Amino acid sequence: MSVVDRQEWDVVVVGAGGAGLRAAVEARERGARTAVICKSLFGKAHTVMAEGGIAAAMGNVNSGDNWQVHFRDTLRGGKFLNQWRMAELHAQEAPDRVWELETWGALFDRTQDGRISQRNFGGHEYPRLAHVGDRTGLELIRTLQQKIVSLQQEDFAETGDYESRLKVYQECTVTRILKEGDRVCGTFCYERESGRFFVLEAPSVVVATGGIGKSFKVTSNSWEYTGDGHALALLAGAPLLNMEFVQFHPTGMVWPPSVKGILVTESVRGDGGVLRNSEGKRFMFDYIPDVFKEKYAQSEEEGDRWYEDPDHNRRPPELLPRDEVARAINSEVKAGRGSPHGGVFLDVSTRMPAEVIRRRLPSMYHQFKELADVDITAEAMEVGPTCHYVMGGIAVDSDTAAARGVPGLFAAGEVAGGMHGSNRLGGNSLSDLLVFGRRAGLHAARYAAALTGGRPAVDGAQVDAAAAEALRPFSAEGPVSGGDDGRPPENPYTVHQALQQAMNDLVGIIRREPEMVEALERLADLRLRARRAGVEGHRQFNPGWHLALDLRNMLLVSECVARAALERTESRGGHTREDHPGMDRAWRRVNLLCRLADPTGGPAATDPVRGQIDLVRETTEPIRPDLLALFEKEELVKYLAEEELHE
Amino acid sequence: MSSSYEARFRVWRGDVGGGALEDFGVEVNEGEVVLDIIHRLQATQAPDLAVRWNCKAGKCGSCSAEINGRPRLLCMTRMSVFTREETVTVTPLRAFPVVRDLVTDVGFNYTKAREVPAFVPPGGVGPGEYRMMQEDVDRPQEFRKCIECFLCQDTCHVVRDHEENKTAFAGPRFLMRVAELDMHPLDAAGESGLDRRRTAQDEHGLGYCNITKCCTEVCPEGIRITDNALIPLKERAADRKYDPLVWLGSKIRRRSPGE
Repeated sequence: MSVVDRQEWDVVVVGAGGAGLRAAVEARERGARTAVICKSLFGKAHTVMAEGGIAAAMGNVNSGDNWQVHFRDTLRGGKFLNQWRMAELHAQEAPDRVWELETWGALFDRTQDGRISQRNFGGHEYPRLAHVGDRTGLELIRTLQQKIVSLQQEDFAETGDYESRLKVYQECTVTRILKEGDRVCGTFCYERESGRFFVLEAPSVVVATGGIGKSFKVTSNSWEYTGDGHALALLAGAPLLNMEFVQFHPTGMVWPPSVKGILVTESVRGDGGVLRNSEGKRFMFDYIPDVFKEKYAQSEEEGDRWYEDPDHNRRPPELLPRDEVARAINSEVKAGRGSPHGGVFLDVSTRMPAEVIRRRLPSMYHQFKELADVDITAEAMEVGPTCHYVMGGIAVDSDTAAARGVPGLFAAGEVAGGMHGSNRLGGNSLSDLLVFGRRAGLHAARYAAALTGGRPAVDGAQVDAAAAEALRPFSAEGPVSGGDDGRPPENPYTVHQALQQAMNDLVGIIRREPEMVEALERLADLRLRARRAGVEGHRQFNPGWHLALDLRNMLLVSECVARAALERTESRGGHTREDHPGMDRAWRRVNLLCRLADPTGGPAATDPVRGQIDLVRETTEPIRPDLLALFEKEELVKYLAEEELHE
Repeated sequence: MSSSYEARFRVWRGDVGGGALEDFGVEVNEGEVVLDIIHRLQATQAPDLAVRWNCKAGKCGSCSAEINGRPRLLCMTRMSVFTREETVTVTPLRAFPVVRDLVTDVGFNYTKAREVPAFVPPGGVGPGEYRMMQEDVDRPQEFRKCIECFLCQDTCHVVRDHEENKTAFAGPRFLMRVAELDMHPLDAAGESGLDRRRTAQDEHGLGYCNITKCCTEVCPEGIRITDNALIPLKERAADRKYDPLVWLGSKIRRRSPGE
């Protein structure tokens, strides 16, 4: 077949968001020749959408904060399903990762005494989020981007070539991770601009591709979030963990329709914004669950006092973890107490002066003014839940970020599972990217350096197969292998819209068994249709072709979500079952792992019962006793399974 | 009044070998932006129409193009700013070589980014020990709001129709980056022997800028590029170049609000 250009590296990082760039910086600083490959332009990653801040227990605003408190909050937020060692490392290392950004030029907002300012956020006991207004993600990406450039400048000074040790392949996409035997040996990629294929040979591959939101209709995620890394890992033989947990952010824009889903930062509530229904009632007071009763204000007066005097008052329930707030909004709308466009009201206009709003929430002011003609200093916003984040992801080793069962494969950031349990706290994402991005880069570099007896080689037949797979949409009119019932080629955009509608309606924020069964049937049909997705034109910067390729990933990941959601017969965090409304302590010890059923993608793939995914249950590792001791007994009783309490 | 209507669009289609404006009639609904319409064209009439976009919320700076000749973000341009009768013309950024349809090669900007020396951390100050006052970081923070949409780079007349100036001129975005680093309270470039003001003039082409403020006008983030970055940088560079005493004076006055 065609001769495909090959280049050799020590570490290949797939994705150039916060986790990918941090991994690349670390790998390069550890001496590994490192390539970064990303679907968009360098510096445009979805991380720029993060608004609120980076959670790190620096204790700059309240000296009572420390890693143990942060760890506790993270486990409570995740309803104790978190991979506890990840939560521990995350809480311990986050401050160092934030401070290090300052030494690379980041400029955070300051406290009175010149340190990094920290703000309140849902589920965090103390003001903990380092921030820059409401554009913290942009600051993070820009700082890492500029750090990469500074390393390239060093390399230029030394070697005369900016890209001798660290190169960014921008607007390129990986469609397959290549293996020799069990081990990773490289990636198969195409360049958007030319449509040209190429192979990056490397013994270590770090997957840092972010999330899966583009499988849902209403989402805060950009087009890139098609679950690529999740699917690449599955196809390479690695399992995905707890994919049923999908976070619906409580506050997305609901109007106008074209911006539905765009994020309204949680800082609006952290800084004093309140939620009201159509009757003007602050309804969150009616939705404080038992496990949180002692920690949240029982009256508006107490909640309001907390902003000024947090030591003697409890926080308002608007700042409950995101899953709780999203469900509450959903219930209010369903009960007929919603806003005109099907959301609820989020109001800052009556809570603080216009000038303070414009200073503290400039992006939100701008966003509503420009996109919805709403002046948030004068009127309330309309908001509703939007698909925002997937807690599930590639199953990894907590310390090394190594994917299970595939030597040489590492994962960090949203694409990795475990860290956030069943629900992520706001602000814990940016810190997750930095802590585990660094760890993934470190261990990927070490793994590559430690290889003895030669590197695994890329087999030409695998490259040819990957090329044929990628070119298939151009010949979709022809007979399709595995049975052709005479249906015409499909438009990839239409298939994508059908997928988004199915996931939104059937595996969305509130789930029921018959609907998820139907979702699996629809996914089986969509898999057939996707195989017929044909494209026009040629390979040069062709968005229809790219979407046709992304469909494979979205379909794989959507099946994982639907299958795991059907299996878990309880409600916990980002997984709410109407037919099993309570949290069941017996499920705390259960992880659900998804694996590819048939790596060849044979006939089973069209059968809704068998599908492409095998699901297995696994018992979680017991939480280390000294970490359990950070909680009161009365609290543990609410979460831990019966057997765990006896131990 | 019905909220949907059919708009007339003219979109440039082609590649490096040439191209032309193509006419489309396309549905528009209430509240939509130009990017929504481009997406509708992709989904219904031109599946291979190339356009760059990401966040669709004015935060990533990917969907830069020219609408009726003016550099804008496709995602932040509401259809309601045009009359229903008006033909909306969408063309690629003019200052950069076209790749395909609305996508241009913006590599110029990445080349220029590499030519600006990075932040130099201060010696003897460890991680966690940085102390800076909010009033001192306010100014560089304004420049860090930049989403790198490169609209300012596209509109700047120094390079818009003068390809020959591209080698010597970094453009507003990267001169602003020099200003940002120069105003960073803890940047230790000076101690390492790097004079950012001199290099702004000598290596990044600050002298080409004659402060017509075109860059400021197109900035979707509302950054006052000319007034707050380029003019102060010019003043400092000039002082530095011609009169060390004036430079010293301006250094001492650095925190006065009027500067």
